Amino acid sequence: MLRVCRAVLGPTAAAEDAWSETFLSAMQAYPALRADSNVEAWLVTIAHRKALDQLRAEARRAIPTDNLPEQPTTDGLPGDGQSQLWNALHALPVKQRQTIAYHYLAGLPYTEVAQVLGGSPQAARRAAADGIATLRKTYLKGEDR
Amino acid sequence: MTTTPPKPVDGGDELFGRLPQTDQATQDRLHARLAAAAQQAGILDVAYRTLDTPVGPLLLAATEHGLVRVAYASEDHDKVLDRLAETVSSRLLRAPARLDAAARQLEEYFTGRRSLFDLPLDLRLARGFRREVLSHLRDITYGTTASYAAVATAAGSPRAVRAVGTACATNPLPVIVPCHRVIRSDGAIGHYVGGAEAKKTLLTLEATP
Repeated sequence: MLRVCRAVLGPTAAAEDAWSETFLSAMQAYPALRADSNVEAWLVTIAHRKALDQLRAEARRAIPTDNLPEQPTTDGLPGDGQSQLWNALHALPVKQRQTIAYHYLAGLPYTEVAQVLGGSPQAARRAAADGIATLRKTYLKGEDR
Repeated sequence: MTTTPPKPVDGGDELFGRLPQTDQATQDRLHARLAAAAQQAGILDVAYRTLDTPVGPLLLAATEHGLVRVAYASEDHDKVLDRLAETVSSRLLRAPARLDAAARQLEEYFTGRRSLFDLPLDLRLARGFRREVLSHLRDITYGTTASYAAVATAAGSPRAVRAVGTACATNPLPVIVPCHRVIRSDGAIGHYVGGAEAKKTLLTLEATP
């Protein structure tokens, strides 16, 4: 779930906050959860809301500038590919990051991704496919394949 | 509250397969932060930790009311935690702080510096006659033993010797509630939840002045 938050928010303190708040909320709400609930999708739904809170907070803090600051990284060594992948993910539009995080990292099918995000499963699939195509171009570019 | 790692989904491996699971230091730090926040919010129903002792690693678990479970490695700590999640609450986290006093007193006990535990206990995992037996076990003082028959008599059911054996075998708080001090009438050491060897270790420790 931390990877899901990081995919949406970058490997940042905001992602860690979103993760913590997701599990706190989940623990708070757990007694009311029905026994037959899809726990995985339920957790992603909470994480989605917590990540949105962080994105909104970021937007409020943001000051328009010509130079984007470098993304801070908290894991991985420089040049090992991990931080570049996080950064390549973070450069995608939010919707694409979200669909990739919930489908590829959390393992939800597109029908459930669509329920989390609103919109149709087709739109979710398209957003993820567009994002993956961009990642292949930006991140895998120049690698021997 | 654990999640299984997601299964690889249609072709994402090429990109995401190389992302390792989060490093241990980050996991530990975030876990500790979550445990503290959950404790603060009053939603940490069961806190647990393990403690290395001369009788192997012991699992210690406590609710808000007190120590609720002590388990030997032979009981399989993962299974014990699963049972706690089912019978007490799924809001269960490794959170050592709540078990500081229990861990400290057990360390004192195992180094011969403590003969009596002074801890709040949550006996919810023992019911009826078994619970009755546990309360009488606590009357058997450090360094002494009692027979199953004597405990049955003390519990008011002299013929329930076998039931006393069951109560000892299912004691949720071994070591703390001293079922190891109950031996057979013929002096044989009898069974023990942590194994006969552990029972011998505890009785030898307590017999050492």
